[in-house]
Amino acid sequence: MQWETVIGLEVHVQLATRSKIFSGASTAFGAEPNTQACAVDLGLPGVLPVLNEQAVAMAVQFGLAVHADIAEVSVFDRKNYFYPDLPKGYQTSQMYHPIVGPGDVEITLEDGSSKRIRIHHAHLEEDAGKSLHEDFHGMTGIDLNRAGTPLLEIVSEPDMRNAKEAAAYLKAIHSIVTYLGISDGNMAEGSMRCDVNVSVRPKGQEAFGTRAEIKNVNSFRFVERAIAFEVERQIELIEDGGSVVQETRLFDPDRDETRSMRTKEEANDYRYFPCPDLLPVVLDQAYLDHLRGQLPELPADKRERFQNELGLSAYDANVISASRDMAEFFEAVHSECGDAKQAANWVQGELSGALNRESLSIANSPISARQLGELISRVLDNTINGKAAKEVFQALWNGQGESADEVIEAKGLKQVTDTGAIEAMINQVIADSPAQVAQYRDSEPEKRGKMIGYFVGQVMKASRGTANPQQVNGLLKEKLDALL
Amino acid sequence: MHEKTLTQLAAALKSGEFSSRELTAHYLQRIDKADGKLNSFISVTAEQALKQAEVADNARAAGKAGPLAGIPLALKDIFCTQGVKTSCGSKMLDNFIAPYNATVVEKLNAAGTISLGKTNMDEFAMGSSNESSYYGPVKNPWDLTAVPGGSSGGSAAAVAAGLVPAAMGTDTGGSIRQPAAFCGITGLKPTYGRVSRFGIIAYASSLDQAGPLARSAEDCAHLLGVIAGHDGRDSTSVARGVPDYVESLNAPLSGLKIGLPKEYFGDGLDPEVENAVREAVKVYESLGATVREVSLPHTHYAIPAYYVIAPAEASSNLSRYDGVRFGHRCDNPSDLIDLYKRSREEGFGEEVKRRILIGTHTLSEGFFDAYYTKAQQVRRLIRQDFLDAFEDVDVLMGPASPTPAFDLGAKKDPVSMYLQDIYTIAVNLAGIPGISVPAGFVGGRPVGLQILGTHFAEAQLLNVAHQFQQATDWHLQRPAFAEEYA
Amino acid sequence: MALEESHVRRAAHLARLAVSDDQASGFVDDLSRILDMVDQLQSLDTEGVMPLAHPLDATQRLRADEVTETNQRETFQRCAPAVENGLYLVPRVVE
Repeated sequence: MQWETVIGLEVHVQLATRSKIFSGASTAFGAEPNTQACAVDLGLPGVLPVLNEQAVAMAVQFGLAVHADIAEVSVFDRKNYFYPDLPKGYQTSQMYHPIVGPGDVEITLEDGSSKRIRIHHAHLEEDAGKSLHEDFHGMTGIDLNRAGTPLLEIVSEPDMRNAKEAAAYLKAIHSIVTYLGISDGNMAEGSMRCDVNVSVRPKGQEAFGTRAEIKNVNSFRFVERAIAFEVERQIELIEDGGSVVQETRLFDPDRDETRSMRTKEEANDYRYFPCPDLLPVVLDQAYLDHLRGQLPELPADKRERFQNELGLSAYDANVISASRDMAEFFEAVHSECGDAKQAANWVQGELSGALNRESLSIANSPISARQLGELISRVLDNTINGKAAKEVFQALWNGQGESADEVIEAKGLKQVTDTGAIEAMINQVIADSPAQVAQYRDSEPEKRGKMIGYFVGQVMKASRGTANPQQVNGLLKEKLDALL
Repeated sequence: MHEKTLTQLAAALKSGEFSSRELTAHYLQRIDKADGKLNSFISVTAEQALKQAEVADNARAAGKAGPLAGIPLALKDIFCTQGVKTSCGSKMLDNFIAPYNATVVEKLNAAGTISLGKTNMDEFAMGSSNESSYYGPVKNPWDLTAVPGGSSGGSAAAVAAGLVPAAMGTDTGGSIRQPAAFCGITGLKPTYGRVSRFGIIAYASSLDQAGPLARSAEDCAHLLGVIAGHDGRDSTSVARGVPDYVESLNAPLSGLKIGLPKEYFGDGLDPEVENAVREAVKVYESLGATVREVSLPHTHYAIPAYYVIAPAEASSNLSRYDGVRFGHRCDNPSDLIDLYKRSREEGFGEEVKRRILIGTHTLSEGFFDAYYTKAQQVRRLIRQDFLDAFEDVDVLMGPASPTPAFDLGAKKDPVSMYLQDIYTIAVNLAGIPGISVPAGFVGGRPVGLQILGTHFAEAQLLNVAHQFQQATDWHLQRPAFAEEYA
Repeated sequence: MALEESHVRRAAHLARLAVSDDQASGFVDDLSRILDMVDQLQSLDTEGVMPLAHPLDATQRLRADEVTETNQRETFQRCAPAVENGLYLVPRVVE
């Protein structure tokens, strides 16, 4: 039987506010346990929540970026359950009237095609603390620093049909939230976390199959791997005559499998009801217009502009626009050198390679966009050749010089384009290589093309790499052919 | 000294008749002598009170004392007080030393008032007789076999017995007005949102409101002026100017339109209580007010709606008492569930458990719409009843409670206890202000006249109550206990 | 809506309250009487009435995004029943 996979994602994004969603405690990552948990975060008796305006603004910005309806009135509800990382015994969330209504996101697949994924809604809520399971005499330790960090939970429609689409969707959400600056998107630190709903159905069937919710899928790679495993598991199960149980499963990246979370609690009943300590959040048109006016150019718009106006390939445009930092770096390089394709090649090639080797983000690149743009300009105006350019790049990377020109000057890398000087070197090489010249002369004409490489190499060596290779090539051919 | 009202004490402190230290020591001595019989205090903070009094006296000497500086007060043990046990009448919080002050406490401190201690109350403010306290019942100083009312019973009894000039309470379904009525004092529940709830241990968040219990409306006016106002730490606190409640006390009442809700004079009302209330209304007529009957047609649904909404909110508000970060924790929990279940079983009393269970049940799947949503719809109808009535009249009047204080142990059945609040509970659902003023006695036990106004009509309520107290002396009557034992 | 012991047990579990068998039957009696009283609501027609969650028609005010709290761990943990290395301790949680 042919099976079709149906995937929906719930993405939790920690919003990059300075303080918590309902308290004035810091949200900074990595502090000593419980030093950033204030009375409100701890749920001490008598304390009350007050909503952070920036959390609201960030949720709205996201909504606007995904063309969603923003709720004129949204309401916070309490989701009641007991867990040690949940200090009040309820999570303040939005069940019935979320701040962001239906919207959509365009994803780009590796083959350059694109697809629209609908967003069901996005709502604001508070993060929980963390349980630390190191052995405290058989006890678990609770750190509530994270409790109360604002989260935007973005719930997609079940519009994805394979793991690649799911990963592309997650990347698209990542791009949007980092472009907007509403999250650092750091999945390793848990700033962005993902639950995946997966089901399978016979191809052509309209009704959805029973879904499993996979928790703890916290990297782009894991999303693909978790889905691959889960789809296979479900299909095997059904083909063996069994049926999928609606349940929560945990992805174990070490064993590359999902497994049932032995139900913490028989049946959950969260008893949602409107939080009486918070009032309805009412947003007016002027406020929405104000935020809309502040939206940056978003990844989809950038991608389109890079393709249509700058002539980048769909692939390049997609890769470069995925991160706002990279896109802005690219644009700065481009405006310096004026050649979009060269700029794209250098940013994706030499620069990305070097950054990856040293695990640096583009924001921390040792080479500035201006330096790189200038370097490319020197290639374009023939001041240096490609080989020298790589040397200049390395020198700038290592901090040996402020600008490409300075490095070129100091290292004497300026390309030799003086015909007389090149001719003199060629004459010397020809004079020093009688055997090779004879071989060239005796070869079939079609093989001579290859043999010329030897002479080019010798000339370049003689020029310490500064001779213009095209010029060397042309002149050599002339000289050698004259000897025939 | 203790015969004086708070207003008179403030004047005496100002004129130098005695110092705050002398006054504070006097009340502490009275508490020491009498409270063994009343049980109105959970904690007495004598040392701290005397220190505060000294600060107030010094401020006065330096010419920097505010109008209420040096006045001793007591706080219901529901207000968080930094460094002082804040138990909420529960074993659960018997070991809880609050690390911060409630906003009300901050404001009172800033005004220079003195806290003598924390008063007894029904556990987590759930009760109408003060019998659900972990610290034992409070006695009514008018009759030691009677309850003082609840849940602010300790505050009411202490004021009535002259152990403190005034005290702070909270009112979720009548918990200021009913004990004020039972103890023959004046108690004001302000409009929801008028006084910050920050630092007040929550029972039912959409109903809770703090207010003063004192000897007179004038005393309440002074205190409300101190504690009212917007607080950035409470989202439900209202950003609205605080009028001068004292200034408007003497406005004449001629032309005042009084409504008597017919539903407040029906079955279940003690005829002698009714008589006392009607006599009080006559006093108003003599002061130039006109009286008419009005209807609040959904009155009978107020208790049912309340017993869905308040327990639902309470069941969630009380989930934080889990034995992890503060409060009671059971010994040697075998696992997490055991830690939760036993800590909560041991820490909470019967009435609190009942309300947690009711609230949990009515919010749960399959029951939510039939109970919670329905109750919220009814809540809107109840509020509308009041808003409609206030289109026609300025204030509503009726009894604060269908009977005078009942005997200790008389109400064994929870429902019969709940029905005591028939006249007070709708006021919290609607969020309007209400005041109870002494209006006579039945069988030696006080009767309270309840006066209700529309949202933010506190100044008018205090004015109307004060004018009654200018024309009558019910509020000046003191129980014999006040002299016999103290 | 009749209340059964299973309802009480379920509520007690959701609310994390230990309830003995004796207590359970007492709660069934008490809660049944309370719910009978509450059931008067069902006789009222509320078709089309908007639920009311707050007595005033106010809207949420927003707080500026500023860090106003400082580390008070020591103070807050003074009232905690079990802490170690700044962490609150609970019986081992099995994921």
